[in-house]
Amino acid sequence: MKARVHVMLKDGVLDPQGEAVRHALGHLGFLGVEGVRQGKVIELDLAATDAASAEAEVQKMCDKLLANTVIEKYTVEIV
Amino acid sequence: MKAAVITFPGSNCDRDLAVGFEKAGAQVIKVWHKETELPDGIDVIGVPGGFSYGDYLRCGAIASRSPVGQAIADFAARGGYVLGICNGFQILTEMGLLPGALMRNASLKYICKPVALTVASANSPYTESYGAGAQVTFPIAHHDGNYQIDPEGLAALKAEDRVAFRYVDNPNGSVDDIAGVLSENRRVLGMMPHPERAIEPAQGGADGAALFRALSGIMASA
Repeated sequence: MKARVHVMLKDGVLDPQGEAVRHALGHLGFLGVEGVRQGKVIELDLAATDAASAEAEVQKMCDKLLANTVIEKYTVEIV
Repeated sequence: MKAAVITFPGSNCDRDLAVGFEKAGAQVIKVWHKETELPDGIDVIGVPGGFSYGDYLRCGAIASRSPVGQAIADFAARGGYVLGICNGFQILTEMGLLPGALMRNASLKYICKPVALTVASANSPYTESYGAGAQVTFPIAHHDGNYQIDPEGLAALKAEDRVAFRYVDNPNGSVDDIAGVLSENRRVLGMMPHPERAIEPAQGGADGAALFRALSGIMASA
């Protein structure tokens, strides 16, 4: 079973890298990009076979390591 | 004073930090990151700068969960003194020993230069000899030193006088110009600038020596 974790900066936390990407897109002529937020995707290969317990386990992983919940939020997707 | 300086894979300021403590009269024991226990009789732990674990995942994230990380947390919980500099500051915030987080510099650039700081609080074993409002110059060398904390957290830091240092000319976008913060019991200090790189005039300035001397003085009188 695979799990996919999306980690993003929380709303309201300034994302200097996203802002730089937005500016670069403007320079390339892509107009109308009003905001860019950059995050990361983490894919996990799990031995678990039960989706619900796997999801709960991955949530714990997020809280303990994969995300810094001071500034980041995450979503867990079982695929 | 007996100090433990932690070395992670990728630490590069551990020697300088050890010299900083030694110059103030401390006996220094280097501790490898795989240790689960600290040497007996330690008064203070130094968590040095560098790029622990290659800054993988987030700066300081892996180090904060390493075997020695739990020993540092337990030591702090018992009221131990912990000084985290640069990557060490990032590690202490990732451990939750200090509030807030260090994000990418607002300029997105790695910045390496001496900067002027104001001693924002002299009410700590690290800063008392400077006096509040004193100006000191320490080098900075970081890519992720942009200190951020939510408005409630910032209000609490200010109300409790827990901002130890502020930048005179904010180099990295940190909220409220914050360069270093103290724990609630004022014994854990995390800061991005490097006092251990300013302990000899030959380094371009010796403002940092007083921080280690002050700490040593506290230990001697304790």
